[in-house]
Amino acid sequence: MQNEVQFAGFGGQGIMLMGQILAEAAMQQGYEVVWIPSYGPEMRGGTAYCTVVASDRPIGSPIIRYPKHLVAMNRPSLEKFAPTVKSGGTVFINSSMISIDAGRDDVDVIKVPIIEIAKELGNVKAANIVALAAFVSRSQVVDFELLRESVKAKFARKEKLIPLNMKALEAGKKAAMV
Amino acid sequence: MGKVLMKGNEAIGEAAIRAGCLNYFAYPITPQSEVAEYLSRRLPEAGGVFLQGESEVAVSYMIFGAAACGERVFTTSSSPGISLMSEGISYITAGQCPAVFVNIMRGGPGLGGILPSQADYMQSVKGGGHGDYKLLVMAPASVQEAVEMMMSAFALAEKYRNPVMILGDGLIGQMMEPVEFPDALKAEPSNKDEWATNGMATRNSNQRNLVKTLYLDPEELNSHNLMLRAKYAQMEQEEVRYEAYNVDEDYSLLIVSYGTMSRVCRTAIDNLKDQGVEIGMIRPQTLFPFPKTAIYDAAGKKSCRAVLCVEMCMGQMVEDVERSVSGQRPVHWYGKCGGEVPTPEEVMEEVNKLANP
Amino acid sequence: MGKTFQKPEALAETVTHYCPGCTHGVAHRLVAEVIDELGVRSKTVGIAPVGCAVLMYNYFTFDFQEAAHGRAPAMATGIKRVRPDLVVFTYQGDGDLASIGMSEIVHAANRGEKFTVIFINNAVYGMTGGQMAPTTLPDQRTTTSPFGRKILDTGMPIKMSEMLAALQTPAYITRQTLLNPKYINKAKKAIKQAFTYQIQNTCFSFVELVSTCPTNWGMTPLDAIKWAEEKMLPYYSLGVFKTPEEGSDSEKTVAPSN
Repeated sequence: MQNEVQFAGFGGQGIMLMGQILAEAAMQQGYEVVWIPSYGPEMRGGTAYCTVVASDRPIGSPIIRYPKHLVAMNRPSLEKFAPTVKSGGTVFINSSMISIDAGRDDVDVIKVPIIEIAKELGNVKAANIVALAAFVSRSQVVDFELLRESVKAKFARKEKLIPLNMKALEAGKKAAMV
Repeated sequence: MGKVLMKGNEAIGEAAIRAGCLNYFAYPITPQSEVAEYLSRRLPEAGGVFLQGESEVAVSYMIFGAAACGERVFTTSSSPGISLMSEGISYITAGQCPAVFVNIMRGGPGLGGILPSQADYMQSVKGGGHGDYKLLVMAPASVQEAVEMMMSAFALAEKYRNPVMILGDGLIGQMMEPVEFPDALKAEPSNKDEWATNGMATRNSNQRNLVKTLYLDPEELNSHNLMLRAKYAQMEQEEVRYEAYNVDEDYSLLIVSYGTMSRVCRTAIDNLKDQGVEIGMIRPQTLFPFPKTAIYDAAGKKSCRAVLCVEMCMGQMVEDVERSVSGQRPVHWYGKCGGEVPTPEEVMEEVNKLANP
Repeated sequence: MGKTFQKPEALAETVTHYCPGCTHGVAHRLVAEVIDELGVRSKTVGIAPVGCAVLMYNYFTFDFQEAAHGRAPAMATGIKRVRPDLVVFTYQGDGDLASIGMSEIVHAANRGEKFTVIFINNAVYGMTGGQMAPTTLPDQRTTTSPFGRKILDTGMPIKMSEMLAALQTPAYITRQTLLNPKYINKAKKAIKQAFTYQIQNTCFSFVELVSTCPTNWGMTPLDAIKWAEEKMLPYYSLGVFKTPEEGSDSEKTVAPSN
């Protein structure tokens, strides 16, 4: 079994971090893991994307053209990558910024207004964690508890932010259930 | 210590420290600048030396100076930077100093691009600088392997008093994978006092040491080159490393591929197996010395009809594969440049073309 | 009565390959005497350049490395960073240091690397056969400026000492010469001061030595000395451009921020 998740959005939306937190959780769950960023000039404010591959076998090709899941944080990303998602996969849409649909009826689509939710929690910066939680709780790519541990580990050096991000996780989970 | 999720570039830096190398000189270049960023924090904390040089040319001579003192030292760069360092690398081989160079390859020629590539095969394996010299070149296919190769590189460089190159590509540097670090290496007794310019007082000797590369006398220069050649011959005897994949089956085609590209090929081979097609693969882990015999034997298997060399460049390894196959089977090439990493599907298509002409 | 003159221990018992009248021999001897007097021979590493002095390691009795053209300051940096306890000097000519090695010398100086540079300025490429150097004087004939150096084409000669003294970090920069015994004594004092600053871990130290090249200038040794005095010294003025204690004239009002 192999899961591939593509995270895509604007630079500054925390795309790389979302991927790293997921990859860490998947590793803790015992999967083989690869995290691959887009890098170079494009990471300076333009589009940013990264891919996480988690598998129960050694990972061969780290290059994934047709991922199983997509987390789209802005409209260009959705337009670009929604057609590449494998049938039966999950497409997460940041509905705070994306007004269009995935244009697919063979995937599970989740729309969450992550920016509004994060604002309600008191810090718009937690939007990516809301998105990650919503995506994970719906797609079940990793155990939610391990995701929680992974978020804590990532923010270990900024301990003040942990309570906020724990709330963001719960809010995202709740939003995905609706 | 358990597994940690780490970016290739950072893992390479950490591996060097655990191999007992606390001296690093470098110049920033994408896609490997994270090594310098990581070590600029980590080395001072480990009591080591970090210095950002003014150019790759200068860095290669900082490496030479430090290595000639018998201290473990390394640098990392990417293709255009390695071109600039090639001058220094030629001198270091001539001066017979151990050092480790890491090339996280990007596309060329010229500025090329910043995406993964394997287009520095010839430069690394045949000698990118002037003169008759070779580097011991190791090509990792994962972050874990990059760590293990880094940790063995210093001892090999010291064994041969010759630079070792770790040849990765942008993906090896940029991707994160779980890594388990081997135990830190214990320093082996070294013969450096016999040759290093570490100060006569350091080695308690009245005999001075000299590290030089000029041999104006033709006979002397010829002998010097013969001695270097003997070292490279010894590497060919003792240091060949490769991985054979799916070679116990009766494969109709043998793939030769290394580094990131070989992972893609492995997925293609697995997928083809599900379709009832058997393909074997030899993955060179050392590019010099090249696993000639392994490839000769694997290509000569009765069921094997052809050999396919798959690379992220325009076929630079084909000559070495052809030489190894020695005319037993036709050798074909497939690859892409510029950061386009061929997909497993594309490799499968190429294999099917050759299998069903 | 004891010995009044003997070969320094740091100098090897051998004949040099230098041309008659060349000042390299004097410069070598001064370096050797200073190393003896400071008692650091057994922890000294010299770096030979590319140029006439490429074989200089044959004339000394301590550890030596041989650099590529212009790269000696980078090698010295490598050594001093990993072995700050060693005493390291580069010995470079004007083609080596002021042309192909300009980047390496400027950055090593600017980082304040704690090694010593002996810079031989004889206004010409020596080993390759008398070609024009960055230090060649206006209208001076060389094998690549057969009608004299034309400054409209090639600019004015570079004054390395002044240029390096304009940097804030490097702290001991002086230009001396080897044209007569009085000058030689002063040059030796400067070399000793430079090594002393290094040993005390004080600063980057740079000693430029205005020298002669009778062979490539096409002159007798005596004429060469005369020519250097008349032509070179007015342009390459002697003096101490900077010391760690006093700074340079232009800098006395500007204190470094930390």
